[in-house]
Amino acid sequence: MGAKKGGKLDDGVDDMPHVPLKAILLADSFTTKFRPITLECPKVLLPIVNTPMIDYTLAWLESADVEEVFVFCSSHSKQIIDYLKSKWVSKSTFSVTPIESLNCISAGDALRFVYEKTVINGGDFVLISGDTVSNMVLTEALQEHKERRQKDKNAVMTMVIKQSKPSQITGQTRLGTDELFMAINPATKQLLYYDENSDNLKRNLTLDKTFLAESPSISLHNDKQDCYIDICSFEVLSLFTDNFDYQHLRRHFVKGLLVDDIMGYKIFTHEIHSDYAARIDNFRSYDSISKDIIQRWTYPFVPDVQFSMNNPTNLGRRGIYQASDISLSRSAEIGPFTYIGKGSSIGGNTVISNSVIGDGCKIGGNCFIDGCYIWNNVTIEDGCNLKQAILCDGAVMRSRSVLEPGVVLSFNVVVGQEFVVPAYSKVSLLPQPVEEDSDEELEYADNNNSGIIHAIENGNSSSEWESSEIGVGGRGFIWSISEVDQEEEWRHSVAPIPESKLIELAQMALENLEIGTEDNNVFATMDEQESGNESDDETRDEAQIFEKEIEATFLRGVHENVKEDHIILEVNSLRLSYNVALETCASALFYSMMKLALDTPHNSAAVLVKNVKDVVSRWGKLLKPYVQGVDDEIEVIMKFEEICVEDGKEFAPLFVQILHLLYDIDIIQEEAILNWANEKEGADEADKVFVKQAEKFIQWLNEASEEED
Amino acid sequence: MDFQVVVLAGGTSNKLVPLVSKDVPKSLLPVANRPVLAYVLDLLEQSNIKDLIVVVEGEDTDGLVENWISEAYVDRLHVQVASVGEEVGTAGALRAIAHHLTASDILVVSGDLVCDISPGAVAAAHRRHDAAVTALFCASPISGPPESGSSGGKDKTKKPVRHNIVGVDITQQFLLYIAAGMEVEKDIKVQKSILRAVGKMEIHADLMDAHLYAFKRSVLQQVLNQKQTFKSLKLDVLPYLVKSQLRSEILLNGAQAEENGNEKDSYNTDQVMLSQLLANASTPSFHEVYASGPNGFSPAERKTHKCCIYIANKTKYCARLNSVQAYSDINRDVIGDASHLSGYSFSAHNNVIHPSAVLGSKTTVGPQCMLGEGSQMGDKCSVKRSVIGRHCRIGSNVKVVNSVIMNHVTIGDGCSIQGSIISSNVQLQERAVLRDCQVGAGFVVPASSEYKGESLARK
Repeated sequence: MGAKKGGKLDDGVDDMPHVPLKAILLADSFTTKFRPITLECPKVLLPIVNTPMIDYTLAWLESADVEEVFVFCSSHSKQIIDYLKSKWVSKSTFSVTPIESLNCISAGDALRFVYEKTVINGGDFVLISGDTVSNMVLTEALQEHKERRQKDKNAVMTMVIKQSKPSQITGQTRLGTDELFMAINPATKQLLYYDENSDNLKRNLTLDKTFLAESPSISLHNDKQDCYIDICSFEVLSLFTDNFDYQHLRRHFVKGLLVDDIMGYKIFTHEIHSDYAARIDNFRSYDSISKDIIQRWTYPFVPDVQFSMNNPTNLGRRGIYQASDISLSRSAEIGPFTYIGKGSSIGGNTVISNSVIGDGCKIGGNCFIDGCYIWNNVTIEDGCNLKQAILCDGAVMRSRSVLEPGVVLSFNVVVGQEFVVPAYSKVSLLPQPVEEDSDEELEYADNNNSGIIHAIENGNSSSEWESSEIGVGGRGFIWSISEVDQEEEWRHSVAPIPESKLIELAQMALENLEIGTEDNNVFATMDEQESGNESDDETRDEAQIFEKEIEATFLRGVHENVKEDHIILEVNSLRLSYNVALETCASALFYSMMKLALDTPHNSAAVLVKNVKDVVSRWGKLLKPYVQGVDDEIEVIMKFEEICVEDGKEFAPLFVQILHLLYDIDIIQEEAILNWANEKEGADEADKVFVKQAEKFIQWLNEASEEED
Repeated sequence: MDFQVVVLAGGTSNKLVPLVSKDVPKSLLPVANRPVLAYVLDLLEQSNIKDLIVVVEGEDTDGLVENWISEAYVDRLHVQVASVGEEVGTAGALRAIAHHLTASDILVVSGDLVCDISPGAVAAAHRRHDAAVTALFCASPISGPPESGSSGGKDKTKKPVRHNIVGVDITQQFLLYIAAGMEVEKDIKVQKSILRAVGKMEIHADLMDAHLYAFKRSVLQQVLNQKQTFKSLKLDVLPYLVKSQLRSEILLNGAQAEENGNEKDSYNTDQVMLSQLLANASTPSFHEVYASGPNGFSPAERKTHKCCIYIANKTKYCARLNSVQAYSDINRDVIGDASHLSGYSFSAHNNVIHPSAVLGSKTTVGPQCMLGEGSQMGDKCSVKRSVIGRHCRIGSNVKVVNSVIMNHVTIGDGCSIQGSIISSNVQLQERAVLRDCQVGAGFVVPASSEYKGESLARK
């Protein structure tokens, strides 16, 4: 099929007359931001202005002359595949091929999977997620990418960016994404620095001085938004395969390429100005992008143009879109920028503004609806009051119930009579899944939950919801929000940020600044030497945190008896995120081992030595990947010295014994010990304590090596 | 113009040893046979600035500079020479002469600046934005002889000297970030708050601080009083003002009102009106937007001040005489590419030979050369791209290439001088060969000696 059209492997890509342009569409965002809705329906099939998100993406790809699209599906893959089959697969010039994998938990996994499938063999492809709304013209960006590739084989990716200045107070864009700091070379457009969720406590942004070595000027941006449309060369896939710990496209892949400087691969940017491109990342962007579609920024992907199989819609004055078969009461008042879907009915004296109402909805009289996204077949009885909420298919609001701003009602939820759903609540028929490991950076998509869903769907028809937390006759669970999240809930909600919150934040920002002023005064008056110390402190702090993390990882490994390979994997990813050298890992791991030995109960020095021996012989292998040369080994010895002086004074008298032990089990070679002793030659007396202790041992080593000679 | 001009002429710079001495302070070093200070004073005079304060470091040099100025600029400029202690730094110098400063804005110029950028343009930019400080930046000079076939080699591998790292907004009007001195070699640390406020910042490493600043007097004095540890304008005061621009600790208005001289009152109000008009005419800068807070509501008024930058056009010449290398570069440029600065009219051969100079037979003076008043040259000499000062005695068969020879130098027969700087009253005996050397005043180079890349001075 389409997959084979790409040509045989040995075809020279350059002399092929026509390489069909391909795209990889990730129909899974690998996040849980749209929960609880996404427990029941894949995110890409959620309607935005009454058309599933994926239709916008696919229609745009088709219009941008992409010929083959590979849709990667993971969670709810069956639903997506069925949907694609019904609408997209049968086109002649535009082939859509689903790729299914159920055990991918991140974009990285997905791309590795796609790589294994070898559907993309050579040539460029567009990498996009299935929740992107865009109308940009790709040709220019593709052309730029191709030209760069011809000059420089290492230009593997072109990222599309767009002007969008985040709010100074909330530090997020209108799409609800975190502010993004980028450094770009203005002449070549090469991306030099990318920091999307930077630590707000750090007041400064630190750019590597080497950026300026290559070009006399760089531009630093806080006013750009990442559109998550990437033009990639084939190497990107293999890079993901080579670096099996890359999970997140930006956090790992882009950062990894920029920071680690792997093989000199480069990323470039392409800025679009008048075109539209945005990704529906959270509820706030859902709101913003819906409004953009209704206000026609995304033309031709607007409701009254039939770009997918959507219903024909008429655009009236003041941005009111109406599909056919609407029954509208005379006294109903429809405000501007509103969409009303096919077959919906609206009762008398109801006021609707800035809202989207899907197909087949029944809205009673005397309702007030503002800024709401009401999907299909929703019933709203008389006298309801809704503000800035999302109501999924089949939701029911009994009479005179109220939704406060930011509420999300998932599928088929029923809100009881006169019940007031508090702001930012998320209501679903499904109970909230048990808290997963919250420290896990990646929020895994929910493949395993589908079983529960069926159980509940089958069960709840009979079960009584009398004791419902959502009013008399209501059905659904209000998901509890943990303390920490509650603070942040307003950030990503459909409702605009309340003014009081803004004032509070602005106040906080000012206080921060004032504190900052004091710091900076000190800083400004400090002379060079002191300011040097300060930055040292900073790095030392980081190093300490890193050490702690490594220790925790190691201990967990020990207690749960995890395989060495897995620990190494975790340590590797820590190393990447903290950007430290190999030897730092080695010394941190070594420190953890010694700590473990020290913490294991012991009553005499001999037992302690035995502890060390046990630990080191059991886990010594962990050090292997990080101790690759004599220098690294010396680093370990120095760390050991440090331990002896600082935390583990008990080790001090045993220094030689343990050193010998390390030598015996080949963690440290004699060359390292001898070099270490040499290095210490010129040091202070205080520094030489351990060298003196080890004098005999060193002598012995020296003699041994002479004998060998 | 309601600007007071302070020229910081400095004293004897360590970087210029052995060229400078007690008798020849840095500001009087001849560049194309005129003291370097003359270039700054001429520049100011062209901008119609006639009242100025020249600050000299050290008691001894005070008299020398004053004598020279009163001689050279009699009836042309009204100059007040003030001397301050040594090692006080540029900020210390201003602190010391604070009682002389009365105007609302102060223009501070370094005495070693050789450029053709109008200070008036900088002053106008300063006024237009009602800025706390405006700094002049120019393209970093490419150091070293440009077409040097001879001394190439190692110089070519050397990267251009980096003077400053600056961050400016897209309109290139505001200074958002600056790293000077040692910080230049470190990683760049940009304040997020400023970046948030402007959205986009351009960072340049190819600009050089020209040491020409316009300060609002109230701001300058307040900073100098509050921060007694600040020594340098470039390394302390300017970075401080830039860093604190969005949370200013300076009372802009309070200090301004207090000290208006009586006779200037009406004039000042006019000025303020004008600057307000100008400020209002342009769209609000990010400072004003930031100060008013987002959506117009702000929990407390934020104090900001503006730090502006004036980036000189690349075609303008601008250099600072702050190193030996710069000294020979500037000499070369002033008689070469930037000859309009020299104030001389060049002959058809593109060189300047004083009418009173005497040339022996078969002696050639090439283009881009200068031969001062009363100098004599023997037979068969050759001079290329060099400056020779007044009353020099040069024997026969002497070669001078890419060099600067100051006044009253005696050069014996058969000497060869390349890429060197010879201070006044030096004697070169026969067949001495100098290459890439600096010779201090009064030194005697023995006959037939050869020196390469050395600094020679009298002990």
